[in-house]
Amino acid sequence: MNYLIGAFKPACNISITFADGKNRKQISIEPVLGKKVEHNGVKIELLGQIEMYFDRGNFYDFTSLVRELDVPGEIYERKTYPFEFSTVEMPYETYNGVNVRLRYVLKVTVSRGYGGSVVEYQDFVVRNYTPPPSINNSIKMEVGIEDCLHIEFEYNKSKYHLKDVIIGKIYFLLVRIKIKNMDLEIRRRESTGSGANTHVETETLAKFELMDGAPVRGESIPIRLFLSPYELTPTHRNINNKFSVKYYLNLVLVDEEDRRYFKQQEITIYRLQENS
Amino acid sequence: MMVDGVEDEEKWLAAGIAGLQQNAFYMHRALDSNNLRDALKYSAQMLSELRTSKLSPQKYYQLYMRAFDELRKLEMFFKEETRRGCSIIDLYELVQHAGNILPRLYLLCTVGSVYIKSKEAPAKDVLKDLVEMCRGIQHPVRGLFLRSYLSQISRDKLPDIGSEYEGDADTVNDAMEFVLQNFTEMNKLWVRMQHQGPAREKDKREKERSELRDLVGKNLHVLSQIEGVDLDTYKETVLPRVLEQVVNCKDEIAQCYLMDCIIQVFPDEYHLQTLEILLGAFPQLQPSVDIKTVLSRLMERLSNYAASSTEVLPEFLQVEAFSKLNNAIGKVIEAQADMPILGAVTLYSSLLTFTLHVHPDRLDYADQVLGACVKKLSGEGKLEDNRATKQIVALLSAPLDKYNDIVTVLKLSNYPSVMEYVDSETNKVMAMVIIQSIMKNNTQISTADKVGALFELIKGLIRDLDGAAHDQVDEDDFKEEQNSVARLIQMLQNDDTEEMFKIICTVRKHILTGGPKRLPFTVPPLVFSSLKLVRQLQGPEENPFGEEGSTTPKKVFQLLNQTIETLYGVPAPELALRLYLQCAEAANDSDLEPVAYEFFTQAYILYEEEISDSRAQVTAIHLIIGTLQRMHVFGVENRDTLTHKATGYSAKLLKKPDQCRAVYACSHLFWVDDQDNMKDGERVLLCLKRALRIANAAQQMSNATRGSTGSVTLFVEILNK
Repeated sequence: MNYLIGAFKPACNISITFADGKNRKQISIEPVLGKKVEHNGVKIELLGQIEMYFDRGNFYDFTSLVRELDVPGEIYERKTYPFEFSTVEMPYETYNGVNVRLRYVLKVTVSRGYGGSVVEYQDFVVRNYTPPPSINNSIKMEVGIEDCLHIEFEYNKSKYHLKDVIIGKIYFLLVRIKIKNMDLEIRRRESTGSGANTHVETETLAKFELMDGAPVRGESIPIRLFLSPYELTPTHRNINNKFSVKYYLNLVLVDEEDRRYFKQQEITIYRLQENS
Repeated sequence: MMVDGVEDEEKWLAAGIAGLQQNAFYMHRALDSNNLRDALKYSAQMLSELRTSKLSPQKYYQLYMRAFDELRKLEMFFKEETRRGCSIIDLYELVQHAGNILPRLYLLCTVGSVYIKSKEAPAKDVLKDLVEMCRGIQHPVRGLFLRSYLSQISRDKLPDIGSEYEGDADTVNDAMEFVLQNFTEMNKLWVRMQHQGPAREKDKREKERSELRDLVGKNLHVLSQIEGVDLDTYKETVLPRVLEQVVNCKDEIAQCYLMDCIIQVFPDEYHLQTLEILLGAFPQLQPSVDIKTVLSRLMERLSNYAASSTEVLPEFLQVEAFSKLNNAIGKVIEAQADMPILGAVTLYSSLLTFTLHVHPDRLDYADQVLGACVKKLSGEGKLEDNRATKQIVALLSAPLDKYNDIVTVLKLSNYPSVMEYVDSETNKVMAMVIIQSIMKNNTQISTADKVGALFELIKGLIRDLDGAAHDQVDEDDFKEEQNSVARLIQMLQNDDTEEMFKIICTVRKHILTGGPKRLPFTVPPLVFSSLKLVRQLQGPEENPFGEEGSTTPKKVFQLLNQTIETLYGVPAPELALRLYLQCAEAANDSDLEPVAYEFFTQAYILYEEEISDSRAQVTAIHLIIGTLQRMHVFGVENRDTLTHKATGYSAKLLKKPDQCRAVYACSHLFWVDDQDNMKDGERVLLCLKRALRIANAAQQMSNATRGSTGSVTLFVEILNK
């Protein structure tokens, strides 16, 4: 993992270094300029936090663990405290969204009565991997507007991983409008809050042209959309009842008069566990 | 408005080229610094210029060609990259990240080319993927050019037999499938253009389609170049598939062009062996397709193939080419009931040419074709279409050219029937053609039947046909025509006198229908032919058939008399006179005194009654005198009568000098060197004296008017006598 040194204000420098994987870390506290630091105790906390932007300062800690590192005393010189948080449950992935973020952070507190406690934060990213889903049906559907346009679209899966490829086709059963082109969009819908207080933010992350020109009945247009170039995250459903992040494939047909006909379909995105 | 449109297009093209060049510049920079990411970025931007809808095909082509050139450099770069360790498979994926489909696919094809060359995947797999992915372009012009690009870069990479990209057992199939697929999609796009846009711009669209057609046709060419496509493959797969697309697309322009393409691009032996399949497609085509041209070109090719080497002729027989073609044409004509007659005749004309080349000995085939043509013509009545009549002339000339013998041609029983259907002008044209053929080839037409048939055939020259425009005949043309007929008559010859007489009778029968204008041309040659016959009859060999009913000079002369009589109605008395005199001479040689006398009588009657112009009289009388002088068959009485009359006429000529000359000419009548009883010196003298008297009188008369020079010559002449 990373080796990070936190810059700090007077009194002391705290740096947190990660020794290895998730759990073992160590901190070192270094007093500044040889002055001694008196404190009422040193502790480190591991926090899992959801922050809603629209409600400033609305933090919700879903995970909170603490390790006492030192009893009240004095620090004369650089002191290193090892610590370990083992078997921490980190059920949710780090997520930075439009209206919400979920973060994991280590918080070191050097308590002092006067002059204020010295606090140092160290964010770390958590990624959760899932194995390939056991059931992964294709999406196949026929949609249309009476006497205007009938298509059958097919996507090979309903669940895609972040480096996956969407493979499918669009088959035209009836075409009575003058189509100019057809795109496939990937849209992310982030919903935060609940009930009356729900905020929804939709973003189009990808706009991929599938077809240029007007097809006729019977034409079958192939789809091959690689997901790797796009900034996607896994689908998050109802994280701690606080927010959801869902992904949709939006098939858009545009006619000569720039009218848009579309069909949106939800897909699940996950982070694939690479088999060793 | 047209001009504005063109100007605008020029502007857009210029803008497109500028954009393309600018991005190409940045692309080159990226290539030079091995910056793959930027190379892809700028190449995609460059290719975006091809997304335009504003250019006509010709202008789009210019833009396309520039992009094509740039992509060649990019391809080289890709190749270098793979050599530097970049995975081609990753590159193949990388280019597919491009958001806009047209640049994406051009890049994909370019990478695909390198992919195939790298041999990291079988050629067929890459090709299949590319041809499938190109479906994304449904816009006709853009799609056609993209697929054309695919075709171009894949040409040398097909998994053909013997190529370095050869695959497994199915390799040729894969190559074929790829090309057929591309062809089918391209044709679909091309046909689609017909129906896009407003109805009033149909002509413009069709012109644009015409500009693009070679892009589609090229695929057929590629197919023909695949080594592994042999006759069986062509027969089992290639041709049926191509024809399927051609028929199903139901587009007139595509069908016409592609059928022709098939015929031109694949070898003739293939066409022979698949004749049935090929011909089976024709009736399924749209009614408006110009089948006749395509079929004609097919037959032309096959004719040339047959002419190229005699070794291939058995093949024609083996596949029953003639009957298949004949049937096919029949079906087409039947199916397209309102095909203009020009089409039908063109078809038959081509078929006839084919037959003549391939089966020159089968007159029955040729006759069959003519018969079918007649059948079709019978439903039409007289032809009005100029081009159709030209085709008929071509149709009728073909066997003439081939056989060089009108006699053979006459064996084609339907030949005259075809002539029935042309208007009189065309009949004349055709007749001239026939006569020229006879002249050129010195064809012997030796029986009366054949002669009769021939004259029936050329009846346009012989007489005025119904509906002919009598007053529009050009003098010179007419003369030329009739002279031709005259020459023809002279050519008719048979040593067998019986037959010859029959021929003469037949000819006479025909020319007598010619009317006063023609007789002066046609009668003389007939007369001379007859006289020739007479001389033959006098020949050393005894006519063994000297019985009743056989030809005798007398019979001939009888006929001649009747024939020359017809000139009265023209009227052509001078000509008739000459001819009578000729006959008289001939009768003289045959020792037929009464006949000769009769001829002279007729001549004298003509002179007295019909010849009134003084100059004509002079000429005539001299002729009479000259002829009479040579006659030796007359007995004294007859001769006297005739001579007396002659001198009488001479003396009564209008002008004195003429009289004088005629009279002293008469003096010869009384003195014939080689006949003893014709030397009557007294009468000679009498004549001369008479001539002198006239001369004196002439002199006196002329003294009164002008000089005496005229009469002096007379005296001199008399003296010479």
